[in-house]
Amino acid sequence: MTMVFVETDPAGEVTLTSAEALTFARKTPQLLPDGGAATSREVSGPPSGSTEGVVIGPLSGAAIAALGRLGVSVIHHLDHPDLAEYSAAAWAQAIVDVAPESGTLLASGTPRGMELMAHAAVRTGARMAANVMAADEDGLLRQVHGGTAFERLRLDGDLQVLTIAGHACTPEETTPVTPEVYDYDLTVAEADLATRAQSTEVEAADDAAGLTSARAVVGAGRGVGSENGFAEVLELVDHLGGALGVSRVVTGLGWRPHAEQVGQTGSRISPDVYIACGISGAIQHMAGIEGAKTLVAINTDEEATMVQRADYAIIGDLHEVVGAVNEEIVRRRG
Amino acid sequence: MNILVCIKRVPDIAGSVTVDATGTGIDDSGLGHTMSSHEECAVELAIQTAAATGGTVTVLTVGPAEAVEQLRAAVAVGANDGILVEAADPSVFAPEDIAQIIGDVIRDRAEAGQTFDLVLTGDDAADTGDFQVGIRLAYDLEYPVLTNIQTISVGGTDEGGGPGGDPGSGRIEARGIGPAGTEIFSLGLPAVVAVHEGGVDPRYPSITGRMKAKKAQVVEYDAPEPGTGSLRVRLELPEVKASSVTILGEGPDAAPALVDVLEEIGVIRP
Ligand SMILES: Cc1cc2nc3c(=O)[nH]c(=O)nc-3n(C[C@H](O)[C@H](O)[C@H](O)COP(=O)(O)OP(=O)(O)OC[C@H]3O[C@@H](n4cnc5c(N)ncnc54)[C@H](O)[C@@H]3O)c2cc1C
Ligand SMILES: Nc1ncnc2c1ncn2[C@@H]1O[C@H](COP(=O)(O)O)[C@@H](O)[C@H]1O
Repeated sequence: MTMVFVETDPAGEVTLTSAEALTFARKTPQLLPDGGAATSREVSGPPSGSTEGVVIGPLSGAAIAALGRLGVSVIHHLDHPDLAEYSAAAWAQAIVDVAPESGTLLASGTPRGMELMAHAAVRTGARMAANVMAADEDGLLRQVHGGTAFERLRLDGDLQVLTIAGHACTPEETTPVTPEVYDYDLTVAEADLATRAQSTEVEAADDAAGLTSARAVVGAGRGVGSENGFAEVLELVDHLGGALGVSRVVTGLGWRPHAEQVGQTGSRISPDVYIACGISGAIQHMAGIEGAKTLVAINTDEEATMVQRADYAIIGDLHEVVGAVNEEIVRRRG
Repeated sequence: MNILVCIKRVPDIAGSVTVDATGTGIDDSGLGHTMSSHEECAVELAIQTAAATGGTVTVLTVGPAEAVEQLRAAVAVGANDGILVEAADPSVFAPEDIAQIIGDVIRDRAEAGQTFDLVLTGDDAADTGDFQVGIRLAYDLEYPVLTNIQTISVGGTDEGGGPGGDPGSGRIEARGIGPAGTEIFSLGLPAVVAVHEGGVDPRYPSITGRMKAKKAQVVEYDAPEPGTGSLRVRLELPEVKASSVTILGEGPDAAPALVDVLEEIGVIRP
């Protein structure tokens, strides 16, 4: 059995990356080292080889329906006042309490997913593989060196714990099922609450969450030239109702906040279009934009990796080109 | 507050790479080496925190003899001393092994009279990206652990009631990026904190720093045989796809062609 930790957003909807992880689980039967045999866990009934979901905190009707469309037959709903604030240890133990003894436990490769799966792996004595891209007869394939290379590996043990690389797979719905929802009478150990979050400061709308869900992202790199060089790209963001994403050179120079960084150590995005302006296309940046459906490059250097990897490119100074694009959009609006 | 920062020597990759003769690693003979950007920020956080509390910063690495370069780089920016656990080829170890090795060294240093209030790691190493050594180390030491932390400051009440309190009270406040905004934690020490880049700017070494680094004390250990051992079967490289770019044109004259594309995708706000 494959169990997926499902993240929900503040509105109670299943996040895009969790939908990806659920699709990955459903479409990768090779994940089951036990061939889908039933487990000894107390919950009875789920068909073998199925995908089960774990949700912590409020569980909305919309999320139940969405999980059903993603083929989830059983939802383990873990709700407890002590889990209302995030505490990795307490959340991980709650997941471990309902996890199968054999099979696969996985989450998407978000910061939460990574942290919870690592705790769960230690608590179950399991191995963990982060950023898995695929699983087949040959074992697992995962991203290493920031996406420059893939590692082939085999996890041993009855339970394998994984995270799925962001955008390793596209969410796909299936014949809807009506999930059975199991609620539990949980106990949370005091010791596991030592690292509970005290509070959360909610930032403005242009945060990382907006970046990962935007349909259009305008990327800006060193080519922007200075802290004051963002006027044209920000105007384009506005015309597209999208988000700004930047390279690490830009955050490193302090031109823009780290929350806007895209790449290996920033956000992984999957917009319909990514317009990379003045970004060379370093492997660590490309790792964050693999999910983009259409890639556009605006760069003075025709040989730049970003131009070579793009679907469309304009060769030229980004300030001039983006300025002209903005004018053209305004002109066509009339 | 005495702080230990775990850093890993990794190849500095800019372009494409090749797989080495063993088929399990990348050929790093032509590459420079560095530490992960998360770890650079962890070193910076450690230096600032130690300065605020009158404590020390020690850096530790499990790696080949050459990894002393990364230890000295950290001393050059302000760390006090280093610990090298020499392993000719650290890739034979699983993350479980690395955590165990670091835990054993921390216990051994404690016996030698050197204790650490706070152990920092990066969220993940730039090469293996396992995202677990810090957490496994915390369980091994039976310390609490946070990951994804960008800044730390000393203090906090013992009830965990939030910021405030005296420096050196045995608590830190840590801030990190959560899915809904900045999450704030109050953490009792000793503890392990895994750092994510972006909260502080790593400083550059000064001339005196470089001089100090040459003479820095480095305690050496030999790594034991791998217990669990790496699970890597082989390394593969992604297929290099031939470019299929359509050049829409040069300069501002190409703008209408791009607006056509954006209209077709349907992302222009009406
Ligand atoms: C462990 C590690 C993690 C990393 N993580 C990330 C990450 O998460 N995200 C990330 O982005 N990077 C990351 N990096 C850094 C990465 O290697 C590159 O250094 C970085 O992406 C380069 O940023 P850039 O493209 O803006 O700058 P550059 O590489 O300097 O490229 C600038 C580009 O702008 C073009 N240009 C210049 N002037 C103009 C102009 N007027 N108009 C149009 N084009 C112009 C140039 O031709 C060039 O192509 C990481 C590196 C490491 C080692
Ligand atoms: N060989 C090593 N030597 C010292 N620290 C390490 C080593 N491997 C991992 N670490 C630390 O653990 C963090 C997480 O690594 P990983 O779990 O391998 O992605 C890294 O950022 C380092 O701080």
